[in-house]
Amino acid sequence: MNPHPDLTAQVIRGLGWLYLLLCAMNIVWTFRLSKQKASVSSLAGWAFYCTGLALVGLVHITKFADPQSSWWFVMPQAIKTQIDGLANPVIFFAISTLLFIAMIVLREWWTKPTVSWILLNASILFLALSMTDYDFRQIVGKPDNVPIVAMLFIVAFFTWLYFSRSVENDRRIAAGLPTLEKEADEKVLVWPDLVYSEMICMIALTAILVIWGVVLPAPLEEPASSVKTPNPSKAPWYFLGLQEMLVYYDPWMAGVVLPSVILVGLMALPYIDFNKEGNGYYTFNQRKFSVITFLFGFIPLWIGLIILGTFLRGPNWNFFGIYEYWDVHKLEVLNNVNLSEYYWIRSLNQPLPTAAADASGLEKVLAILKREWVGLAATAAYLLVLPPLMAATIFQKFFVKMGFVRYMVLANLVLFMAALPIKMVLRWAFNLKYIVAIPEWFFNI
Amino acid sequence: MSIGEYIRDSQIWKSVFRHPAPHDRRNRIVVVLTNFFLHLHPVSIKKQGIALSYTWCMGGITFFLFLVEAITGVLLMFYYRPTLEWAYNDILALRDVTTLGIMREIHRWGAHSMVITVWLHMYRVFLTGSYKPPREFNWVVGVLLLVLTLLLSFTGYLLPWDQLAIWAITVGSNMARATPFLGHEGPGAQILNLGGYDLITNASDARFILLGGRFVGEATLNRFYILHCVAIPLVVSLLIAIHFWRVRKDGGISGPL
Repeated sequence: MNPHPDLTAQVIRGLGWLYLLLCAMNIVWTFRLSKQKASVSSLAGWAFYCTGLALVGLVHITKFADPQSSWWFVMPQAIKTQIDGLANPVIFFAISTLLFIAMIVLREWWTKPTVSWILLNASILFLALSMTDYDFRQIVGKPDNVPIVAMLFIVAFFTWLYFSRSVENDRRIAAGLPTLEKEADEKVLVWPDLVYSEMICMIALTAILVIWGVVLPAPLEEPASSVKTPNPSKAPWYFLGLQEMLVYYDPWMAGVVLPSVILVGLMALPYIDFNKEGNGYYTFNQRKFSVITFLFGFIPLWIGLIILGTFLRGPNWNFFGIYEYWDVHKLEVLNNVNLSEYYWIRSLNQPLPTAAADASGLEKVLAILKREWVGLAATAAYLLVLPPLMAATIFQKFFVKMGFVRYMVLANLVLFMAALPIKMVLRWAFNLKYIVAIPEWFFNI
Repeated sequence: MSIGEYIRDSQIWKSVFRHPAPHDRRNRIVVVLTNFFLHLHPVSIKKQGIALSYTWCMGGITFFLFLVEAITGVLLMFYYRPTLEWAYNDILALRDVTTLGIMREIHRWGAHSMVITVWLHMYRVFLTGSYKPPREFNWVVGVLLLVLTLLLSFTGYLLPWDQLAIWAITVGSNMARATPFLGHEGPGAQILNLGGYDLITNASDARFILLGGRFVGEATLNRFYILHCVAIPLVVSLLIAIHFWRVRKDGGISGPL
C-alpha cells in the first residue's frame, strides 16, 4: 500500500459531490441564460457542459471503491511538473503583478457575467483536480488553512462585485445618468426591511458555523514542548505576510516598523485622501490613484504574501510548488551579499573599513559609518530626496492640492510600501542582503 | 380569547413591550424607537443603504461573530483552566469527551471568520469611499478595532497549549525582541544604559513584558488568558459602542449625496 496515495475512496467521493454541486450551479446558470434569450448554440454548449459534470460526478460517487484502477480525472503529471517547476518567489510575484495589472486594465472584460462565470468554473475545476494530489491536499486540507482557501474565493468574489458595479457606475457617470446607489434612494422602514435580513443572516451564519464545526474538528497537535521546534514554525496565518517579509527585512523592520507604518497609513488614509468624489458609491474612474494604491497593498502584498507564506513556504522557509513534497532536506543556495561588500570589496578591491582594536568609541562609530556610507546615503536619498523630487514631477498636482504635511505623509507611506517590492527585486537580481548592514547596532535595512 | 391574545394582553407582556405588534406603519416605527437592541438602527433607511450588493453585510456579520465568540468563549471559560497542568488536557477533553465540546470548534472557526470579515468590511468601506468626510474618525476607530481583533485572535491562539500554539506565539512574539529602543535586539537599545548598566535586556524588554518571561511559559499562558478573556474584550466592547454610535452621528450608512 502506498502510504501517500494520491487517490482514496474518500477523496473521490468528496470530489464527486463537488462536481455535482458545480453541475447544479451551472444548471441554474443555464436557466438564467435561457430566460435572457441567449443563443441556442451557447445554451447547447452549457447544457453539454452540465451533462458532462453530472456524468463525471456520478462516476466519482459510484466508482469510488476502486481508486487504484486507471483513473482519468486527476491533474496530469505533466501539468503538475510544469507548475512546480515555476515555483519560486520571482515567478510568483511576476505572475501576481501581471494579474493585478490585468485585473485593472481589463476590468470591463473580466467582469462580464459570462467571462467571470467561466473564470469561476475554471478555478473550481483547477482546485478539484488539484485535490487529487496528495501533497496538495496535505497543505490545503490543514484545518486552519481551510478558511484561507475560502477567503481566496470570497475576496475574489467581492473584488469582482466591486469592479462590476464600478464599471456600471462609471458608464452611467460618463453618460450623465444617476449611479446604481443614487437610483435606490427611496426610504424604507428598518422593520421589516432591515431586521428581517439581519435575522436571516444570523440564522444562516449560525448554521454555517455549526456545520463547519461538526465537519471539521479544530486542530490540536501534540502538547507544547519548548525543546521540539517544528519545521517550519509558522505564525498564525493572518501574520504570515509579515513573516514572509522577514525573508527580505530584519525583524525590526518586518515585525515592528512596517506593520506600524501599515496601521498608521490606514489611519491616515481619510486625512490624506483629498478627493471629494466617490463617497458613498462604487467607482473606479473617479478615484484611480487611491483605489490602485490600496488594491496593490491589499491584494498582491497582503493577501498574496499570506498565500505564499501559508501554502508555498515549507521546511526551513524554503519555497515549494503546490504539488511538491515538503522535503526537509531541500537545499537552497544562500549567498547574499551586503551593499557595503559590493562597494568596498567588489568595486574598490579593498577590505571593509574597520577600526583598530584599541580605537576609542567614537573612532569605532566613524569606522562603521564609513563602511556603510553608500547604503546610508542611498537610504537617506530615498527618504529625503525622493519626496521633493516627486512633488516637482509626478505628484505635482497632489502637492499643490494637499499642502506640505499631507503630501509628506502620503509620499512617505508610498515610499515605505514600495520599499518591500524594491527590496525583493534587489534580492532576486543581485543577491543583495542588506542595504545598510550594521549588526553591531542591530540596525540592518 | 386565544392563548396568544391572553399573553399579549397580560400586564407582564405589556410591561416589556409597550406597544402592539409591529404590523402597521406606526408600530413598525415605534418598535425600533422603544426596543433597546433595535434602537441601534434608525427608523427608516435608504434602500441603497441596506442592499447587500452595497454593504456586503460585513460589519454586521463581524459584530455577530463577536457575539458568537463572546458566548462560546464564556462557555469555554467554565471548562478550561489556563495552567500548564490542565490547559492541553482540557482542550483534549473538549475534543474527545465533553458534551458540547463543539463550542471550541465554533469558537475557533468563528475567530478565523471574524478576522476575514473585518478585512472585508474595511475593504468595502474603502471601495465605497465611506471613510471620507464626515466619517474619517470612525475609520480610525475601525482600524483600532482591526488591531484588537488581530490581538484577540493572537492571544487566543496560545490557549490550547499545543505545538501549534506555542510555536506560533514564539514566532510572532520574537519580533518584539527587535523593537527599536524597547527590544534587547532592536536598534537603539544599546544607547539606553545608565553608567554601563543596560536598561533593555532580555529580562526587561518589550518581549519580556508581552510574555511575562524570557520564553513562552506559564506566565505567558496566564497573561494571554487575561488579555484574551477580559482586557481586550472590554476595550473592544467600548470601541464597538463608539463605532456604532458614530455611524449614526456621522449621518448613518454612507451613500451618494
